[in-house]
Amino acid sequence: MRLRRRQAAVVPDDPCTAALVDALGVHKVKVDGASRYLAARDASVYRDGAAGPVCYPETADEVAACVRIAARHDRAVVPRGAGTGLAGGTVPLGTPVVIATTRMNRILDVNLDNRVVWVEPGVINLDLTRHLLPMGFHFAPDPSSQQVCTIGGNVANNSGGPHCLAYGVTSAHVVAVDVVLPSGEQVRLGGVEPHQPGYDLRGAFVGSEGLLGIATRVAVRITPNPPAVATLLLSFDDVEKAATAVGAIIAAGMVPAALEMMDSRIIAAVEHHVHAGYPLDAAAVLLVEVDGPAAGVAADAARVGEIGRAHGATEVREAVDEHERALLWKGRKGAFGAIAVIKPDYYLHDTVVPRRALVEVLTAIYEIAARHDLIVLNVFHAGDGNLHPLLVFDGREPGTMPRVHAAGREIIEASLAAGGVLSGEHGIGVEKRDFMNLQFSDDDLDAQARLKAAFDPHCRANPGKVIPASHSCADIQALQRVPDGVWG
Amino acid sequence: MNDDLAGFVADVGPSGPVCVRGGGTQWHVGGAVASAATTVWAPIGVVEYEPEEMTVIVGAGTPVADLHVQLALAGQRTNLVESPGSSVGGALVVGRDGVHTLGRGRARDALLQARYVSAEGALVTAGGPTVKNVTGFDLCRLLVGSLGTLGLLGEVILRTQPIPAAARWLQGEVDDPRVVARTTRTASAVLWDGTTTWVHLEGHGTDLDTDAAALPGAFVEVDGPPTLPTHAWSMAPAELVDLDPSATGPFVAEIGVGTVHATAPCPPVAVPDALRRLNQSVRDRFDPDRRLNPGRDPLAA
Ligand SMILES: Cc1cc2nc3c(=O)[nH]c(=O)nc-3n(C[C@H](O)[C@H](O)[C@H](O)COP(=O)(O)OP(=O)(O)OC[C@H]3O[C@@H](n4cnc5c(N)ncnc54)[C@H](O)[C@@H]3O)c2cc1C
Repeated sequence: MRLRRRQAAVVPDDPCTAALVDALGVHKVKVDGASRYLAARDASVYRDGAAGPVCYPETADEVAACVRIAARHDRAVVPRGAGTGLAGGTVPLGTPVVIATTRMNRILDVNLDNRVVWVEPGVINLDLTRHLLPMGFHFAPDPSSQQVCTIGGNVANNSGGPHCLAYGVTSAHVVAVDVVLPSGEQVRLGGVEPHQPGYDLRGAFVGSEGLLGIATRVAVRITPNPPAVATLLLSFDDVEKAATAVGAIIAAGMVPAALEMMDSRIIAAVEHHVHAGYPLDAAAVLLVEVDGPAAGVAADAARVGEIGRAHGATEVREAVDEHERALLWKGRKGAFGAIAVIKPDYYLHDTVVPRRALVEVLTAIYEIAARHDLIVLNVFHAGDGNLHPLLVFDGREPGTMPRVHAAGREIIEASLAAGGVLSGEHGIGVEKRDFMNLQFSDDDLDAQARLKAAFDPHCRANPGKVIPASHSCADIQALQRVPDGVWG
Repeated sequence: MNDDLAGFVADVGPSGPVCVRGGGTQWHVGGAVASAATTVWAPIGVVEYEPEEMTVIVGAGTPVADLHVQLALAGQRTNLVESPGSSVGGALVVGRDGVHTLGRGRARDALLQARYVSAEGALVTAGGPTVKNVTGFDLCRLLVGSLGTLGLLGEVILRTQPIPAAARWLQGEVDDPRVVARTTRTASAVLWDGTTTWVHLEGHGTDLDTDAAALPGAFVEVDGPPTLPTHAWSMAPAELVDLDPSATGPFVAEIGVGTVHATAPCPPVAVPDALRRLNQSVRDRFDPDRRLNPGRDPLAA
């Protein structure tokens, strides 16, 4: 991590910016240092981005105009939502034109018979769910960042959340996307009708991290609110017992709506911060939610409790009312805010392992952190094996960052060795690009590069992300070099 | 016939037109395969099954019905369509959904990892073995419904689902079948032929009783769904109640989903130029010589 901020000098009268201003108007194109400084980063630890002009289009045609103008001036484009990405996906490399979707934030059409809502990409995840609440529906993907992150970002990262265990990640909730291709052409991928001719390009676009084009309208599938919900907190005096109970719950033929695990360190931090009522003497807790029709919920909740006790739970508590339920979730969703009391900086990892390997990999993670003299907290989506080791540190202490990165690499290697994958929901971006060769062979990466080339033959959309240098169409070294005329 | 992946890769080889044959049940979808193509068979059999992972590794040549027999022993299934003789690979590359889409989700979401043979004859892995994974582009979605034109599926990892404790089909007559989809919480399928409505409820027994009692009008338990006409049309779910039987002929529509099983063939759907070009560009990159299942075209399916 560099502490010096880099900004390439972009002068308002450079021909590309002038053309953008011409097309969009002066209020929708920003070139001042503050705007470009903000657009150069996201919630990841990457600080090496450098933004060119930052555009705020309000329509799909304006997005297309930006893309065409950038192409004409041989500039790349980088789409940007709320900038909460954790993998550096929207961190601009090589002073590209940044296309921010924040002003495209309208909910366009709600059709309850289709169970589909058309939204613009800048709509905030939780705003959509709030809008649907009185109609008895919600948007199922619920990332912990849902108060700020955008649907466009969710689509690009194929984001998940606690309730994706039963309901599936974003891809399962997107039926169509209107896209501005890197050529500037506009296409609709997928559709409200269930069968569409051709390849499932909708499916290929979801999770493409801005490398295949820019989403300008998204048709999302909405989910009826469950008639009944039960939320249980299972406490254990041993992490291993908790992890074993996770496997047993799934093996019993239940797919809870959510199955989250928190270790003692995160419990302590959360309790201090939120007072959610978590037991401070527990080594680990499981937060389990079952939802659906009432009888099934009651039966499943009882079985979850039994399985927990059979695996050594020291306490099984079921939320008695909506207030207690909300409090239990507040603790879980506020976990990242709570860690600020321990250290000022954090690096949140995101790998997935088979459920049977949870204990083994968790043990390895504690060992890795200890060896690098770092604090690690674990709060994660245990039901689908999605680990989120959270390394907390003070980046100002000399020599810390190399240890943070070394530990991160070892966590990734331990997850892959256990039969896991690089990312469960945060994506690859810049963060894990250079690890892709650990999971995929040359032939595998070649196939990914072919998809990219089919959408973006001139390598203009978000270059330097996801695909490692060995297979990337972009010259990653050149992109990361300090651009000419840098100040800052 | 092949029971190992290496043998399948060798059979496909690096050149010459080649097609994979599954059960042959959807052989007509998207055009006939060119007759000069060599026929190969994907490996058959369950390679590894761990019920607590809710995943199964299976050869793409395995009949879906055989797979489901094995999964049922552990109380699980997949959401692939089980038609007589259809193979796992065939069901995936055709990508059609079964009538239970409303409750069980779409076939395209079943595929977690695919090991396929590319046009160059290389064994390629798309996706990953875990139930959640966003590592790199989602090539698995691209392969589902590809009619085997981007790669030939050898071995796949599928997501499994628990089989609910209770299930039943009910049949009745209501003015608006959408009300059935709206009032029930356990419906995995609501079918309607313009007069009669069938609903399949699945879940906890008591919840089924509650749903059945709340159905508008008189419903009686029946053995199963009606026979489905052979052609599939696709409509926005909200438009189903207005569909024109003089165009479709006798039909059975999937309420809440939009698939219409019709007696008349579906008229060709117009594909915008930009979308057609993008589809062709994908195929050009994956199989420039069109050696994989030549003659089949997902745009025509
Ligand atoms: C505290 C915290 C908690 C989080 N919790 C979760 C969680 O539980 N689950 C989870 O999955 N993630 C989580 N995240 C990560 C992040 O919030 C998600 O990845 C989110 O979907 C990103 O949305 P965004 O609008 O911030 O996108 P950005 O960060 O702005 O962009 C993300 C990517 O999307 C691309 N993009 C944005 N808009 C478009 C568009 N219209 N068209 C094409 N590409 C586009 C960008 O180029 C970039 O590659 C968390 C992050 C934080 C900071």
